Amino acid sequence: MAAASTIKIALAGKPNAGKSSLFNLLTGLNQKIGNFPGITVDKRTGTSHLNAEITASIMDLPGIYSLYPRTLDEKIVTEILMDRNNSQYPDCVVLVADATHLKNCLLLLTQLIDLQIPTVLALNMMDLAAQSGQSIDVQALSAALDLPVVMLNARTGQGVAELKTILAGTIKKSSRTIFEPGAEIKPLLAEVQQQFNIEQPYRAYQLLQQTNNLTFLSAEAKNSINTLAKTANFFQHKYQGAETVMRYGFIQDLLNKITLKLSDPEWKKFSYRIDKVLTHKVGGYLIFFAVLFLIFQAIFAWAQVPMDFIDSTFAQLSNRLAAFFPEGPFFDLITQGIVPGIGGIVIFIPQIAILFACISILEESGYMARVVFLMDKLMRKFGLNGKSVVPLISGMACAIPAIMATRTIENWKDRLITIFVTPLMSCSARLPVFTILVALIIPDNKLFGFFNYQGLVLMALYLAGFLAALFSAFVLKFIIQTTERSYLIMEMPTYRKPKWSNVGYTIIEKTKSFVFEAGKVILAISIVLWVLASYGPGEAMNNAHEVVQQQTANETLSAEELEARIAAYQLEHSYAGIIGKTLEPLIKPLGYDWKIGIALVTSFAAREVFVSTVATIYSLGGTEDEQTIKGRLKSEINPATGGPRYTTAVGLSLLAFYTFAMQCMSTLAVVKRETKGWKWPLIQLVYMTVLAYVSAFIIYQSLS
Amino acid sequence: MLPGETAVISGFDDDALSVKLMEMGLLPGTVVRFNFSAPFGDPICITVSGYDLSLRIAEAATITILN
Repeated sequence: MAAASTIKIALAGKPNAGKSSLFNLLTGLNQKIGNFPGITVDKRTGTSHLNAEITASIMDLPGIYSLYPRTLDEKIVTEILMDRNNSQYPDCVVLVADATHLKNCLLLLTQLIDLQIPTVLALNMMDLAAQSGQSIDVQALSAALDLPVVMLNARTGQGVAELKTILAGTIKKSSRTIFEPGAEIKPLLAEVQQQFNIEQPYRAYQLLQQTNNLTFLSAEAKNSINTLAKTANFFQHKYQGAETVMRYGFIQDLLNKITLKLSDPEWKKFSYRIDKVLTHKVGGYLIFFAVLFLIFQAIFAWAQVPMDFIDSTFAQLSNRLAAFFPEGPFFDLITQGIVPGIGGIVIFIPQIAILFACISILEESGYMARVVFLMDKLMRKFGLNGKSVVPLISGMACAIPAIMATRTIENWKDRLITIFVTPLMSCSARLPVFTILVALIIPDNKLFGFFNYQGLVLMALYLAGFLAALFSAFVLKFIIQTTERSYLIMEMPTYRKPKWSNVGYTIIEKTKSFVFEAGKVILAISIVLWVLASYGPGEAMNNAHEVVQQQTANETLSAEELEARIAAYQLEHSYAGIIGKTLEPLIKPLGYDWKIGIALVTSFAAREVFVSTVATIYSLGGTEDEQTIKGRLKSEINPATGGPRYTTAVGLSLLAFYTFAMQCMSTLAVVKRETKGWKWPLIQLVYMTVLAYVSAFIIYQSLS
Repeated sequence: MLPGETAVISGFDDDALSVKLMEMGLLPGTVVRFNFSAPFGDPICITVSGYDLSLRIAEAATITILN
């Protein structure tokens, strides 16, 4: 049935109160993730059919304790609730409260009442509250606050139907006023109310409190409010403190009245016992590293099976289509450009899904808060956050899901630094490049008859990436300026079982946002790269067959060898080949020739493409066999010296380059998506390329 | 304070921080319990009016207490 009317409902409450569970219950899969304009905060909206006639649009606001924001995410809530002209301004707010810890959930509620926003109080986790032995008089609570109260268990869905019925009716403003500003500022409030045409004194009070934070106020408005505040001696901190004390006084009185039975502190004993183990000096870290190792294994090894499957499926699809379509540039674009391009996006889904399954289990169970607690001191030295550990370690499997995982870091500066340094961690795509080069230049000998040299070099490469990440974070700590102060005043949630449907929703949400947002950029770049590698100026590309046949007329070549020669010739004369040759003077100081230059260009799609490009350029056909490629690279002669092209110096310089360079368009696309703009991915690209170039330069010049 | 001890909050040294702490329920006159600290001594975990908070030492140091 078509919706006769739509009402706007916002879900608000403190973090971990169960807002997301309720959001998932209300909207099901009718969700979409958008952006709040101008800032990097995800907006989760969805629609819910309250009854046959009424459809509501539901918005899940970032978790907050009060209208005074601490982080960028929290600012958006104040911004929306304070500005009645905001397109997001809700008709009604559902305040989701954790019934086991009512006290600090009610603070925000009292502020909403004073703003005179129609509000429904949803007491979530009633099951846990009952378990804890607590009992409250819900009717008295509803009467005291003059607003509807619903008991809810967002894990099972109990109470959701009742909530929907209430929301479908008309919700009026509560008639209560909880906070009375002091008599000395009343004239000031009246003045602001009159100047800005505001009905509620508390709205005016908030304007005075947060004048400079609110972006919807014009510079002029800010000026005039600031002047008024100054002349009336309005001290923001002092009044804010007094307000909080007053509100808590009210809440305590209220709780005293409505509490029939206090909760028994014993119910948390179990949670404390777990904490004893999980935050233990030694055991805590061992368990944490075991968890990290498990996550790393999961994305590194377990994702391999579906990834290989996706890889071969798309390769087959591409071949089938090629056989099915007639020849021609348009069909080539589909079979060699678009299909593999989409394959290059889909291939990340297993890793993203697995990582986010792990992360949402950590978050849901309450363990993530303990991770922050354990790692905060260590990571803070490097400008990182306790929560940066999970993305950094995941980055060793793949930077794409890792960067998406930085979402869990609330502090914007910490998040940005983590995003910035994560691609320096050696990811699994570097491994094929590493193994082939290491096998090529490092002798397969053992140090002290025990340590394999090749293994040691490989480890050194991983370590170099890790140290570069820490070092860069340390430097960035001083460069990035922020007005946001770093806090760690964080609630430690009680341990509980993760809700599996929430884990599922998280996976779907993250996969969708990757495919539809970062995917577009990845597809576009991969098509551009394909065009560069398959087309060239002039007639060279078309004449490849004849030219190669002429060149090789006096050699006896099998059909396959000839094919491989032609492919090499075509790549040399493609745009990518021309770029490789143009780059030659630039990369000569690193010890590279134009052939390596081409590999650098094409491997921008993904680092492992280096191997297949090298195979093509050295006329090896489509082989990816390590031994064949290694043998061919060994025999490659540097015409300038007459010696081998791939000397130890060149090999190490290439290894250094691939360790530090941002050779991955998908990472750039994801960083663009996460930072909502091209500024940071471009800075990152330049920084990492310079770092790679300089270290490769130093290594080559000092070794040759 | 040592782990396991309780105390009553008397006030705050840092204005900007105090409003945040108060929002989390750390009000003058409330009882806090120092539960345990992280392995390197920082941050610490405290309990106030029935729920657990983690704070950095530097943040906790702005809270003045009566024993």
